Amino acid sequence: MAAVRPKHLVLILAREFAENLATPTLITDERGVLVFYNEAADEIFGQSFGEAGESPLEEWATQYSPRSLEGDQALPLDRRPTGIALIERQPAHERFRITGLDGVVREVEVTAFPLFAHEDELVGTVTIFWRA
Amino acid sequence: MRLKIWGCRGSLPTPGAETVRYGGNTSCVEVTLDDGAVLVLDAGTGIRELGAELVQRGVQHVTLLLTHLHLDHLEGLRFFGPLWDDGVSVDIWGPSSPVSSLRDRISRSFSPPLFPLDLRDVPAGVTFHDVPRKPWRLGDATVSASLVVHPGSTVGYRIETSGASLAYLPDHEPALVGGVAGKTLDWISGGAIAEGVDLLLHDAQYSEDEYPQYIGWGHSSVADAIAYADAVGARRLVLFHHEPLHDDALLDRLEARARELDRRNGDAPTLAREGMVLELP
Repeated sequence: MAAVRPKHLVLILAREFAENLATPTLITDERGVLVFYNEAADEIFGQSFGEAGESPLEEWATQYSPRSLEGDQALPLDRRPTGIALIERQPAHERFRITGLDGVVREVEVTAFPLFAHEDELVGTVTIFWRA
Repeated sequence: MRLKIWGCRGSLPTPGAETVRYGGNTSCVEVTLDDGAVLVLDAGTGIRELGAELVQRGVQHVTLLLTHLHLDHLEGLRFFGPLWDDGVSVDIWGPSSPVSSLRDRISRSFSPPLFPLDLRDVPAGVTFHDVPRKPWRLGDATVSASLVVHPGSTVGYRIETSGASLAYLPDHEPALVGGVAGKTLDWISGGAIAEGVDLLLHDAQYSEDEYPQYIGWGHSSVADAIAYADAVGARRLVLFHHEPLHDDALLDRLEARARELDRRNGDAPTLAREGMVLELP
């Protein structure tokens, strides 16, 4: 069994912040592994983080079929805010469409930003889902 | 590995008859490795006496590991004897900052109006190092540093030899990020450096009653320190960074309380005392 990877202090602080927010918030580590989302996000995703567990973001997100509002095209990770925050290390904002596990199609408005512990040390991302 | 505690008081030196048993000097711990190399943890006022002894012993090289630069962990450095000997070399390790070097941050305390001399007047050969993100070797020990919950950039250290391991978290408030209950080790502040250590030196500045008045000040209650030691699986716990308002009699009561709360198998927790020597297998 692979050893559990310790979380950087910045991620521990981000999680504590998210746990106390009423705004749906999701956290990944720097590899793009989903490490947490808060209770406020349960409604959007249709399951709690405890049920979802840690997994690579792209693998996890596939089940929600993210698609563009215009043209209804599949949105790959590098065109979604979290992917842009991870890959380009830039904040990003976008509206797109997902299909929840309950089968309901939802429009979501998302802001993501990278977390740096040092200028050259990306430790993860925070993604916030704004209520439409 | 052998440890000697030269200072275990938190925040402010507290000399006097009321604190003579636990001591009034601020944080400083001497770690002697099996190969004879000396590592010094923090430069509180306890480092002054340690420095005098190191000069007497004729030590030519000292490694100083700073957890952070709050005054109670730095204020003794200006009076550290080996710094004033041009035959000595001193390596100082500490947390990095995005805005200034470790040398620049430390030099503030070596300049007027805080001090009459400048860091460049120090005759010893001093080299400053940001702690690496990965474990590194110092003598026959492997040292790891990890950022932990305390205001400002603060690290805890793990020092490990082939036969023993020590974790040093003198200033740490894991309760500020929800404590340890129900958390896996990877989500516990400093969990990776404290996991399964033979000896954990951990902040226990406050009683359980006092802690609610000081949430966010960066320190733990005795109860939180006990819970932390349990969560990380530390074999022995020494409680550190005593509140300046706590006299010896009160510290005796806190030690008794720690033993009452402790549910771990192994040595009962003890409070650090100045002059205490701890031998690790």
